[in-house]
Amino acid sequence: MSTHHESELSQLKDQILTMASLARQAVTSAVRALVDQDEALATRVKQGDRELNRLEIEVDDMAVVQLSKAPLARDLRFIIVSMKLGHDLERIGDEAAGIAKQALKLFAEPPLKPYVDIPRMAEMAVDMLNDSIQAFIANDTALARSVLRRDKDVNALHKQLQRELITFMLEAPPNITRCLALLQIAKRIERVADHATNIAEESVFLYEGRDIRHGGDTEQR
Amino acid sequence: MSAPTTTDPALIRTRDLRLYYGAHEALKHISLDLPERQITAFIGPSGCGKSTLLRCYNRMNDLIDNVRITGGIEIAGQDIHSREVDVIELRKQVGMVFQKSNPFPKTIYENVAYAPRLHGTRNRGELDAIVEKSLTQSALWDEVKDRLHTSALALSGGQQQRLCIARAIAIQPHILLMDEPASALDPIATARIEELVLELKKTFTIVIVTHNMQQAARISDLTAFFYLGELIEFGPTRKIFTNPSQKRTEDYVTGRFG
Repeated sequence: MSTHHESELSQLKDQILTMASLARQAVTSAVRALVDQDEALATRVKQGDRELNRLEIEVDDMAVVQLSKAPLARDLRFIIVSMKLGHDLERIGDEAAGIAKQALKLFAEPPLKPYVDIPRMAEMAVDMLNDSIQAFIANDTALARSVLRRDKDVNALHKQLQRELITFMLEAPPNITRCLALLQIAKRIERVADHATNIAEESVFLYEGRDIRHGGDTEQR
Repeated sequence: MSAPTTTDPALIRTRDLRLYYGAHEALKHISLDLPERQITAFIGPSGCGKSTLLRCYNRMNDLIDNVRITGGIEIAGQDIHSREVDVIELRKQVGMVFQKSNPFPKTIYENVAYAPRLHGTRNRGELDAIVEKSLTQSALWDEVKDRLHTSALALSGGQQQRLCIARAIAIQPHILLMDEPASALDPIATARIEELVLELKKTFTIVIVTHNMQQAARISDLTAFFYLGELIEFGPTRKIFTNPSQKRTEDYVTGRFG
């Protein structure tokens, strides 16, 4: 019956998926640029978040038009969730650009040490992002909940990395500039995981109508 | 029928109600409790039985041939089908407002004074007071106070509907049944009726049938969704319109029905 309405909602969904794909690519490329010392790639990522900014505004525009039609129940939740996802994905783009910016700074000096934990942390965050988006697409709230659990692992790794970098700074003041850049990068990756967590929580809200933010999940986490 | 007591949260109790038009079962064992001084919205596609159920509450279906009802309705603890119940008295307690405004072809004043007079109020001063109070309660007084003795038919559609509400509340019912009271009105007149309904909730228990989902979402406390004579889901309006439990409700409120 409401095929026109449904196709409008599916356009909104497509837009979110486009954003998700760009956001994931941006984070992956930023970290690869760091590890491979690829200045050209880092520069591209640094400039590439404009597209995500534009898409976020487009998603909001589409959502406002849909809201003016006074949707209800799952349609209402879908539109609200789309707006929030658009915001989270745009922020992930910002984090990726920030990582690329710090990477470009780091290229001026030799690497402090081989990068192991940062790529690992980035991989975890990107996996979380993939799974939270998959949960959003496929109505998989169990997968969404697994994303929430993994955020703790990323936080733990982040803390470990912080401690390690502080030790480096204490050992040798010339390390400080590089350590600060790496600390920023680690913080930004940790944020990517937080945004993925938000997306997972929003997906649970979309499909279950249940707000599980800030530990408000009655189901086991 | 005595005045409802506030200790009883369910003013209207419907128990296993079935209604047949001849052989056709139009309402299938409906059970639901409607609390006092709350607005309950009945929603559902045309022919789902919501207006039929609404008309059960003041026994308007008695006027239709071939109708058979089983099960019970209690209002303020009184079985409305019991022999002791005077239908006229019941309808005095349970007022009704219809989709199409239907003022009598009389003056504004006479429309409102009609029922109180019928029920024995003769004193002019008393009638004046009732007319003013009812028109004030229905948010029409300021617009008509200078032309009370002109024809009600000269009023706009929205004003006529508010006059019908004034007429219904002039005899101080406990319950107001409203069958799509704003469906024939423009958005401004609709907004005034909705505002009025929310105001009237302080005094009356209101049951409203509406096809406008957003209207139900805006004004009602509870919503009941009917389909093919069955009560599919009944609960807080907020839940029904943001996260209903039943798929049929979800499909209906999102417009994916049929």
